[in-house]
Amino acid sequence: MVEPLLHTDRLVKRFGGLIATDTVSIDVRPGEIHALIGPNGAGKTTLVSQLTGNLAPDAGTIHFAGSDVTHLPTHARVRLGLARSFQITSVLREFTALENVALAVQAHAGHSFRFLADVRRDETLRAPARQGLEAVGLGARAGTLASVLSHGEQRQLEIAMALAGDPKLLLLDEPMAGMGAEESQRLIGFLRALKGKRAMLLIEHDMDAVFQLADRITVLVYGRAIASGTPDEIRANAEVRQAYLGDETVEVA
Amino acid sequence: MAALLASLRTPRGLIVALILLVFAVLPLLTQAFDQRYLLSIGTRIVIWSIAAISLNMILGYGGLVSFGHAVFFGIGGYAVGILAANGLQSAWLQWPVAIAASILWAALVGALSLRTRGVYFIMITLAFAQLVYYVSAGLEAYGADDGLNISRSRFPGLIDLRDKASFYWLCFVLLLGTLWFCGRFANSRFGFVLRGAKSNDQRMMALGFPVFHYRLAAFTLSGAFGGLAGILLANEGAYISPAMMSWVKSGDLIVIVVLGGMGTLFGPLYGTIAFFVLEESLKPLLDLVHKGWGEYWQIVFGPMLVLIALYARGGIDSLLGRRHG
Repeated sequence: MVEPLLHTDRLVKRFGGLIATDTVSIDVRPGEIHALIGPNGAGKTTLVSQLTGNLAPDAGTIHFAGSDVTHLPTHARVRLGLARSFQITSVLREFTALENVALAVQAHAGHSFRFLADVRRDETLRAPARQGLEAVGLGARAGTLASVLSHGEQRQLEIAMALAGDPKLLLLDEPMAGMGAEESQRLIGFLRALKGKRAMLLIEHDMDAVFQLADRITVLVYGRAIASGTPDEIRANAEVRQAYLGDETVEVA
Repeated sequence: MAALLASLRTPRGLIVALILLVFAVLPLLTQAFDQRYLLSIGTRIVIWSIAAISLNMILGYGGLVSFGHAVFFGIGGYAVGILAANGLQSAWLQWPVAIAASILWAALVGALSLRTRGVYFIMITLAFAQLVYYVSAGLEAYGADDGLNISRSRFPGLIDLRDKASFYWLCFVLLLGTLWFCGRFANSRFGFVLRGAKSNDQRMMALGFPVFHYRLAAFTLSGAFGGLAGILLANEGAYISPAMMSWVKSGDLIVIVVLGGMGTLFGPLYGTIAFFVLEESLKPLLDLVHKGWGEYWQIVFGPMLVLIALYARGGIDSLLGRRHG
């Protein structure tokens, strides 16, 4: 059995009386796409926030790439190879698309206590940034301010930024949110091409995308992981059908 | 060099070139027209510009509203003044000590205040500045509330700071150096991290930047240049007093940066010139209307600021047309 890249052990997070994460143990293996699904309010974003270091769990541990990262700050986890995209688009609006990705490249190019050299002529940052933009299909928009990009383009930009540091694991928080059918399909194709090269934890409402992409699926309901398995196993799981999928969703796959 | 020449063809570049040219020859002009008083105003404009540029590093590029920046006038000034009063007049000793003190204080205040956001950040920076203000007002040996006349720093054999023109040119050269550094800084890796954090600090952290460390470095750097301005201010008047660092001065610095254009290289320079020119012209103008009204020049200045805030968000800099590059 392969050593998992990411592993949470009985993670617990409470908000007052509410248990948002209820002893959740999940793992993501190298190269696989692991999807996290569940109805609204199931605690998916809370779980992701603990993985990224934006929220501290009340109990349990998080191991990533062989080390205990439970108490590491966000930027240190990113250095280890854990990148994320945001559910609500989060790009640097006052910067161009190219500058956004170049900053993401810069984050992994040693410290940035360099005060004099002009970053706008730094090909060691710009060349990989341009490649990253090409890869997600934004090559033609390199010089455009991020705030001017369409919603779908901003989502693509997010992915390019997350990929810039060559991460081991991508946390994708609803990457298809607000995308048109065509854009979604393009992104699905792009993510599928990445499969095997990079592990991904995919949080997504679009069941179509989930069943097309995921190697394994974990279902979260009221903070608890009620089931975990291959898409076929999840589709066949009676508890999942009752709690979440509903009969009409099943035919999707 | 080609870029420099190209920028001269834009109205913006022309205005900058003109301002710097007038500044470069100001002592000759004031001498030719026998207006000594104007040279003293010019010197203060140059010194305040350095302070405003240093505040702009964190306020403009970092989006951090520090409401205690004048404290560095005080720390730089008092370091020079206290050493001078104890017979240590060599600038080679005074200036590094003053800058080091500013850096230390900035690092301490930054380390505590940068853990907070928004209004709390404003209040903490103000509180620390007030702390130094009241300590200086309690220094009986150094004039307490009244301040202290000091002798100017000595650069033996190099330059005599008592000579108004020489001192002015020294300040001007230091202003050029500060502008040069800030221009490079703004477009460096460091500057982009700072500006990125202003735009979206959550995103920058998620990209892997320890944003706090970069902000602390920027705050400290800003304090160092602020301390330099303090050194010069103490030498300009050969005088130090707590009033150098009153919170009103900190407010004036913010007003200058906002007026000139936050996050632009020359904005603080425009802002300082506008502030001093308006002060020096509105005062006599209002006094003409009614004796004694000059003191209340800010009654006219205030509404102008409101107009800038409402209709020219980018300050004076944005009125000069589109920026290029």
